[in-house]
Amino acid sequence: MNNALIIGQYVPGNSLIHRLDPRTKITVVFFFVIIVFFANNVSSYSLLTAFSVLCVLISRVPLQFILKGLLPVWFLIIFTFILHLIITNEGNLLVNWGFIKIYSGGVIQGFAISLRFFLLILTTSLLTLTTTPIEITDAMEEMLHPLKKIKFPVHELALMMSISLRFIPTLMQETDKISRAQAARGVDFRTGPVKDRVMAVIPLLVPLFVSAFKRAEDLAMAMEARGYQGGEGRSKLRELHVGAKDILVLIGFLLMLVALFFLRQ
Amino acid sequence: MEIQFKDVSYIYQENTPFAHKALENISFMVDSGSFVAVIGHTGSGKSTLIQHLNGLSLPSRGEITIGDFRLSADGKPKNIRDLRRKVGVVFQYPEHQLFEETVAKDIAFGPKNFGVTQEEIDHRIEKLLPAVGLPEEILERSPFDLSGGQKRRVAIAGVLAMAPQVLVLDEPTAGLDPRGQREMMDMFYQLHQEQNLTTVLVTHSMEDALAYADKIIILNKGQKYMEGPPLEVFKQADKLQKVQLGIPEVIHFLNQYNERFGTSLNYQYQSMRELAEEIKKQLEVGSHE
Repeated sequence: MNNALIIGQYVPGNSLIHRLDPRTKITVVFFFVIIVFFANNVSSYSLLTAFSVLCVLISRVPLQFILKGLLPVWFLIIFTFILHLIITNEGNLLVNWGFIKIYSGGVIQGFAISLRFFLLILTTSLLTLTTTPIEITDAMEEMLHPLKKIKFPVHELALMMSISLRFIPTLMQETDKISRAQAARGVDFRTGPVKDRVMAVIPLLVPLFVSAFKRAEDLAMAMEARGYQGGEGRSKLRELHVGAKDILVLIGFLLMLVALFFLRQ
Repeated sequence: MEIQFKDVSYIYQENTPFAHKALENISFMVDSGSFVAVIGHTGSGKSTLIQHLNGLSLPSRGEITIGDFRLSADGKPKNIRDLRRKVGVVFQYPEHQLFEETVAKDIAFGPKNFGVTQEEIDHRIEKLLPAVGLPEEILERSPFDLSGGQKRRVAIAGVLAMAPQVLVLDEPTAGLDPRGQREMMDMFYQLHQEQNLTTVLVTHSMEDALAYADKIIILNKGQKYMEGPPLEVFKQADKLQKVQLGIPEVIHFLNQYNERFGTSLNYQYQSMRELAEEIKKQLEVGSHE
């Protein structure tokens, strides 16, 4: 159905990136997101681009699939580019159409910012493409563990996260089913005046909410019936392990960081 | 309306790593006014198949003709709304689609979308209620206050109120108690005959397929595995066994009986009583020899 947007979708695989500890991946992505903003010349940008492209290649997720899946985001990237092209007025004047003046600085700025944007989205979606939602929440729980000292409900937060993630596909399926059922009864979600299309959402939302509440109740009941009482003293089915490959990847990433700071001006 | 599938294939999420063939080269024909049962395991493509019957899904390859409507990969025909009005689909657990404040409004929702006047709708509801076995008082109540069985009847009435010419039923009796199941199937069969509907029933129940269908289509892994009148299909117990499908109890019993006593009783839609009489007669003849 909604296969246009792949952000948050997981593509099963067995590549090095898939097998890394999710904490390693989150750490790398977290710092990558920060250092993208430190790049300020051609060589530092190429280093970062090379790094992300390398990650994509190693992950063996088809590049074509990723690029197509990011289609909705392309619009934003191009929009950013054009915006910078028009509003920056540094460097040499390249084009002068009266009200629109394009300067060389604008072209460079536009390129840099869109590339930055693209890299951000590419690496973060690569994280979710190669890591199951469960792994991500497990990793989050582990990484937020120290916050428990200040009575922060880490376990509950992780549970809420995994439950909501768990129910996204279920609710998507449900939405799909109900919209088909209503389409069969003559609802038209795609054409017609905007007012009609907004009204067409009601026969979709009401049953969806009804079933979501019912599911929530059932789940709570099932958890209580099985004696769930929070995270205290609970052991894990999947333990996270930091292995040699994680350390290697982190060292590699660190080296890249150092290289980046030498390359930037 | 006549339904014809010609080499229909359907691929989910084509050109992605998730691509998955749900239907493969399916061809069959449903005569106008006939009752067809589609049987297969979960994941055999039954549900995908019925979504093609009113253009909710379009075939990736091949072509479907339903009455004057033609569906193919080239895109939606302009008159798809007319098609949806003429093909009523009762999905699995149809009670999940209820949303209006009152039962009357919910039943009226479908026909209203297709531009039927309120007067005509009221007239239809009046005729429908006894047919689906609902009392009149129910009309002003909220559909969410009803019991499971009643909800389902309301949802079914909502589809029937569109006055479709083709009725598509996706396991309409799932989750009902045995008595409710029989009542509901009898109701559909009666409607089928009275209104001269073309009915497509997706089911797991060989008993229902035997009792109601003129023709059975068996799907396996997205392909058509068998097709034919119920009695012929159920004659091939071994072939069905290969895809883990059974045969109706009556026929199974008769097969075993024949094997044990070297007789050749055939199932010809006899009632239990008639069958018992036949067996009795045969045993009497046998004991005289």
